[in-house]
Amino acid sequence: MKISNWGNFPVVDVQVDSVSTIPEIQSSVLESVECIARGLGRCYGDSALAAKIIDMQGLNRILSFDPQTGIVECEAGVSLKDLIDVFLPKGWFLPVTPGTKFVTVGGAIASDVHGKNHHKVGSFSSHTLSFTLLTENGEILFCSDNQNKEIFHATFGGMGLTGIILTAKVQLKPVETAFIAQETVKVKNLEHMIEVFEQSEPFTYSVAWTDILSSGSSLGRGVMIRGEHATLDQLNEKQKLTPFTIPKKPTVTLPFYLPQFVLNSLTVMAFNALYFGKTPAGTNKSIVDYDSFFYPLDIVHQWNRGYGKRGFTQYQFVIPKESGLNALREIYTAIQQSGQGSFLVVLKLFGEQEGILNFPKRGYTLALDFAIKPQLFPLLDALDEIVKKYDGRLYLTKDVRMSKDMFDFGYPQRELFETIKKTTNVTGRFSSLQAKRLGL
Amino acid sequence: MSTNNKLVLVIGSTSDIARATVKEFAQNGYSFILAARNPEQAERDAKDIAIRFSVECFVKELDVAKLETHTAFVDSLSALPEIVICVAGYLGNQELAQADTIEAEKILVTNFNGCISILSPLAERMKQRGSGCIIGISSVAGDRGRASNFYYGSAKAGFTAYLSGLRQYLGQFGVSVLTVKPGFVATKMTKGLPLPKPLTALPEEVAKDMFRAYTKGTSVLYTRWFWRYIMLIVKLVPEFIFKKVKM
Ligand SMILES: Cc1cc2nc3c(=O)[nH]c(=O)nc-3n(C[C@H](O)[C@H](O)[C@H](O)COP(=O)(O)OP(=O)(O)OC[C@H]3O[C@@H](n4cnc5c(N)ncnc54)[C@H](O)[C@@H]3O)c2cc1C
Ligand SMILES: NC(=O)c1ccc[n+]([C@@H]2O[C@H](COP(=O)([O-])OP(=O)(O)OC[C@H]3O[C@@H](n4cnc5c(N)ncnc54)[C@H](OP(=O)(O)O)[C@@H]3O)[C@@H](O)[C@H]2O)c1
Repeated sequence: MKISNWGNFPVVDVQVDSVSTIPEIQSSVLESVECIARGLGRCYGDSALAAKIIDMQGLNRILSFDPQTGIVECEAGVSLKDLIDVFLPKGWFLPVTPGTKFVTVGGAIASDVHGKNHHKVGSFSSHTLSFTLLTENGEILFCSDNQNKEIFHATFGGMGLTGIILTAKVQLKPVETAFIAQETVKVKNLEHMIEVFEQSEPFTYSVAWTDILSSGSSLGRGVMIRGEHATLDQLNEKQKLTPFTIPKKPTVTLPFYLPQFVLNSLTVMAFNALYFGKTPAGTNKSIVDYDSFFYPLDIVHQWNRGYGKRGFTQYQFVIPKESGLNALREIYTAIQQSGQGSFLVVLKLFGEQEGILNFPKRGYTLALDFAIKPQLFPLLDALDEIVKKYDGRLYLTKDVRMSKDMFDFGYPQRELFETIKKTTNVTGRFSSLQAKRLGL
Repeated sequence: MSTNNKLVLVIGSTSDIARATVKEFAQNGYSFILAARNPEQAERDAKDIAIRFSVECFVKELDVAKLETHTAFVDSLSALPEIVICVAGYLGNQELAQADTIEAEKILVTNFNGCISILSPLAERMKQRGSGCIIGISSVAGDRGRASNFYYGSAKAGFTAYLSGLRQYLGQFGVSVLTVKPGFVATKMTKGLPLPKPLTALPEEVAKDMFRAYTKGTSVLYTRWFWRYIMLIVKLVPEFIFKKVKM
């Protein structure tokens, strides 16, 4: 069957095995020459693609919940949306969430996803207490900080290559309401942006949208959005009655692929000008529901079709904090010179992060969406050189084209990863198109 | 035996259609006894349902093909459910069944004798109580025997006839019977089969249709709906033509 991940590129015609029980997964793995787990396919490129894909969405049972501690145990195909729907009404929220709730717990572990609170609480791995992992010979390993410790740590960010995550225990966090006390800060340019990020460190959540195409004294202008979980007394009288209920929003589905020219640098520029223009000057406070704060894009289902049939990719890198200003200025300028606009540009400051193949490290991370076209690849190669120069690296779950060289440079612990991987994936049965490209 | 007017007994609860159906009823506040031949797997489903929907969900072991255990099973129920949904079924392998009576018998007992054996004592108790609903998952395959699966088809035809008779028998006692005839559904039963995508439903759609049919008091549900008309045409084809068609 024809399948692709979120970027609709590449599209491959492979076997997809949908499973709903652990014994089914065991036999599916044992029968296959090469396979990889796939959750909701929200990675952008070729991480969850292989000759045989094991579709984990049916393995989605919640197995236990302790209302005293907030620890939930569930199967790997449970989505973050499910966890919110079930546990937010009981006063518990995700400790870490990416910019979409349509990802599975297995995918969140395999990519070791981060949220807008990375600088405060680390990535998804920091809140995963244990998981069970299916190895290539059908064995099930319990992994935690005490048992199979090395495999436990290699699996975070390991992109499904250490085995298939079957179940996991995750620590949720208590909240008083389903709302966020939000502040937006209009940011003039890149220098101002760095300043605002420094100031925003005390906030639990912070992220900035930036305009990639403005130049001169407004190069790198944008809007910082930061927030805290709202407490009960911050809500209005109506919200207080049902603090975990948020207003229902109509969702829309993009019914077909838009032609690629719709999102070109002109429309991006016009949109950015409009967005920036609409944002009031200075700092503005408001109470918003969690969906609008964390998942503004989820309202349009299949918005990925907006980039046309050829698809798109996301280029996301992290560079050390001290190089932030120079590196970002160079990157913005290079993109402007190329004439290729990026619609969605998100900037965030990471905290420290332990790990082997996980992406985050202390510094600035920028994520940019680009439509796939022949001219794009030379631009990204050029951006790679800048990222390298400043000792940065790229995020595997967004990647579809980085060279083995770039990977080796960014992930100095790859050899350790491979040594550990060989204990659960001896013959390399778990493999993906991405793993092959990177020689993993 | 006491009674519980929001209790559903699901026979063959680990099936994909059953799992979706349980979620649909759970959203509407029902509690469950999940009967399955693999109680460990059913236990995982039960935990999931209990946590997601804050309803009670118990598990009991039941093998539809072990007819001798059925009376004891029914006797052991702590309460007589309001609704019984029989989802267990076995597609089997037609070619194997033609060559091997063991396979043929397995198809017949799972889809026909076994279901009747477990439903009949439940039906009697519901009749005595004077309320309840029995939902049986048959199949469009039972509407007309076809060369490609007539062991399965004839067992389902038998089950359809049983349900229709049961409906007539129980109607005057306040017990209703719903016959569900799914067309193609994407489940583990049909995994790997080349089902035509536009005709194939998801288990969740079947479950929604089933719940709606239950609340409306429907007798026979085709799901997706158009199968009623497809099967009407299939049934109308004269035998002298039908026997030459490859299906
Ligand atoms: C709109 C949008 C916003 C996003 N925002 C963020 C963000 O803010 N931060 C962030 O970190 N990420 C973000 N992402 C990326 C996304 O969180 C990750 O790609 C995530 O891994 C997707 O989960 P999934 O369940 O869809 O997994 P898939 O995309 O299906 O798979 C991703 C990887 O996980 C592996 N995998 C999946 N399930 C299992 C399993 N059970 N066992 C072993 N391996 C498994 C796959 O093999 C693959 O390597 C965003 C993506 C989108 C589309
Ligand atoms: N899928 C379709 O296209 C389709 C079309 C028309 C009708 N149907 C009918 O829909 C019903 C559900 O099937 P499904 O599609 O959901 O497939 P399924 O997941 O394979 O369900 C079949 C279920 O029957 C159970 N079962 C088999 N033998 C049993 C026995 N001896 N005792 C107890 N349980 C037994 C199986 O148990 P295990 O889980 O332990 O294997 C399985 O849960 C079946 O009656 C089927 O005939 C399906």
